Amino acid sequence: MTAPSHTPEAPAADAAGGITLGRRVLNYLASGAGIVLVLLIAILVVIIAKNPSAGEPEALVNSLHKATPLLLLAIGQYFVIVVGEFDLSVGAIVTTQAAIAAVLLNKQDEGTYGVIALMLVVGLAVGLVNGLIITLLKVPSFIATLAMMLVLVGATNLWTGGGIVKGALSDEFRKIGRPLFGIENVPGVGTISWAVIIVVVVGVLAGFLMKSSFGRVLMVTGDNDKAAAFAGSRTNVTKIAAFMLSSVIATIAAIILAGNTSSTVDLSIGNGLEFQAITAVVLGGVVLGGGAGSLFAAILGALTLYFIEPLFRELGVSPELRPAVQGFILIVAVAYAARSGSLRRRKGTEKRQS
Amino acid sequence: MTTALAARRPKMHLSTTQVVLVALAALVVVLTVWYAIRGQNFFSFNNLADVLTRSSLLGFVAIGQTLVILGRSLDLSVGYVVALTSLVAGTTMAGESGRLGLGIAAALGVAAAIGLANGIVVTYLKVNPFIATVGMGLMLKGFIDVYYSAQEGAVPEGYKQFGYYRIGPLPVSTLVMLVFGALILVLLIKTRFGAHLFAVGGSDDVARLSGVRTHRTLIIAHVVCSVAAGIAGLLIAARFGLGSAQVYNDGLDLDSVAAVVLGGTLLMGGRGSIGGTVAGVMILSVLSSAFNVLDVNPFLKNVIRGVIIILAVALYARRQIDPLSRRARFNARGERRAAEIVDHPVADPLATTGPGGNR
Repeated sequence: MTAPSHTPEAPAADAAGGITLGRRVLNYLASGAGIVLVLLIAILVVIIAKNPSAGEPEALVNSLHKATPLLLLAIGQYFVIVVGEFDLSVGAIVTTQAAIAAVLLNKQDEGTYGVIALMLVVGLAVGLVNGLIITLLKVPSFIATLAMMLVLVGATNLWTGGGIVKGALSDEFRKIGRPLFGIENVPGVGTISWAVIIVVVVGVLAGFLMKSSFGRVLMVTGDNDKAAAFAGSRTNVTKIAAFMLSSVIATIAAIILAGNTSSTVDLSIGNGLEFQAITAVVLGGVVLGGGAGSLFAAILGALTLYFIEPLFRELGVSPELRPAVQGFILIVAVAYAARSGSLRRRKGTEKRQS
Repeated sequence: MTTALAARRPKMHLSTTQVVLVALAALVVVLTVWYAIRGQNFFSFNNLADVLTRSSLLGFVAIGQTLVILGRSLDLSVGYVVALTSLVAGTTMAGESGRLGLGIAAALGVAAAIGLANGIVVTYLKVNPFIATVGMGLMLKGFIDVYYSAQEGAVPEGYKQFGYYRIGPLPVSTLVMLVFGALILVLLIKTRFGAHLFAVGGSDDVARLSGVRTHRTLIIAHVVCSVAAGIAGLLIAARFGLGSAQVYNDGLDLDSVAAVVLGGTLLMGGRGSIGGTVAGVMILSVLSSAFNVLDVNPFLKNVIRGVIIILAVALYARRQIDPLSRRARFNARGERRAAEIVDHPVADPLATTGPGGNR
């Protein structure tokens, strides 16, 4: 990557009080979010070069559909990470919610929306408990949500007997998660599934939320919760809200994921999703420890993480080797983001001194 | 104000490690009574041997994990290190007793190299330890799945004794774990490295400005942590008689973090103890043995474990809010002196900022 400074036009533009668009783009690309954007575009280019049909709008929308659970989990995890915490219970929430849906619906279409409402309430309740344990009992979120994961998975297995849940999802329920249901016959792209519409709505709402005063308090609390508290922010309420957002969005992800997988629910459905969600958010340059990083970058991180799998398929990387390459990309991308972050800060101080 | 603080001072001030030990003792008492009601004996030879055997594997990993957590880092790759070192040991030894030393050296060497890589990525490349070690774990998983089958290699017959031999009810592996813990304890409280590690965990910036080589300290902690996981891998090889890749599914990484935190070590670094960690491991292995004896539903185990971990950590967290709770690295004498200073302020203002003073 080329350094954005030392171009002859740049100082002139600075003197004029504005920054040229090109320079702004280069600055963005040097940031944590930028490198993920470059990585995502590079991955897409390679995939499309290997398999041109993957580049057609219909195929891209279909890929987006498959990426929705991860996108949702990343959006939910973003709120928690930006406030300086972890939520390791989201995978277990997906498992629990999918089991609840399968057992209560038992293949009957009636009452589908009542069950979905109940699941959302359960999601909010789990987030509330997580938040209360972390704020009032002052248990570190890593431990609290890890224990919540043990409790949820244990309780769900205990309740259903483990393995494949007795009972099944109804067809009505599965419409939300399957690719063929949605707004049909959109010119050029075919069907836009409900899942894609849901993820766009959740993403836009989350974006507005981050621009609101709640989002600002969330960011400040993640940066320095003591200072935020002294400034009059209700940091505990903010943290609890972040956990409730995370688990309710995980519930939506569960509805889509379970519906799209099959009509039966295997209790391994949520395994490892929490690590994927955290990885996606951090890949987008959001700092663990809170107080920095944009929602858009977290979404880019989730998309990049999703497209690594098709990339490996197109390149013929053996399935056994995939985790190794994924781990390597992860470390290199985060290391690069950390490096360019310090670079920018140094430039900032220079500017202030001059 | 100062007298009010002094008056609030509890009469019996237990350190966090002592609280963990009390919790362990209470658990043992409860279980002894419960077993007795069922007509069983907690202190029977077989039961003690079972509890102690369960403790050794997690013990090694958790002792290593304590070091990195004290330095405000984390190692989530330990499960994969255990699997890989067991395979390296098994394949290198190939069943010949002449290659025993070579196998042990190869396994620990691989572990140390992984720890070194973790440490360098965390310090010099500034990658968050969570991401760095999850990434390292993924890389190791890929490596293991590509180059090894699920079970491979063989250890010499004599070496299996490391996994099975017992002195009375005390398995030799647990004895080695306790000796290893004692060595790390000495490393922490008697050496310069130990003092530096507490300082780095307390505040990386302050430690660096005080002239501590923070990167080097944290790298050493990561190397020792991986080597400890490597010893656990050697134990796996001795118990199974060969290297096993499946160990990485056993959740040793998260279990070890749970044991360390259960032992009263602060996840934010800078405070904690090896004694607490060993007690935390013992609590988990007593529980796991009791679940087995009492025939608890395997799924209920996880629920109970989760609840116990939350309750224990909430208990420690309450204590840590107490302004007079002691820092693990300062002894009782220093704290008494600090209390005297608080009660009788001296002219020299610097004296109140000494060790053990109010934060």
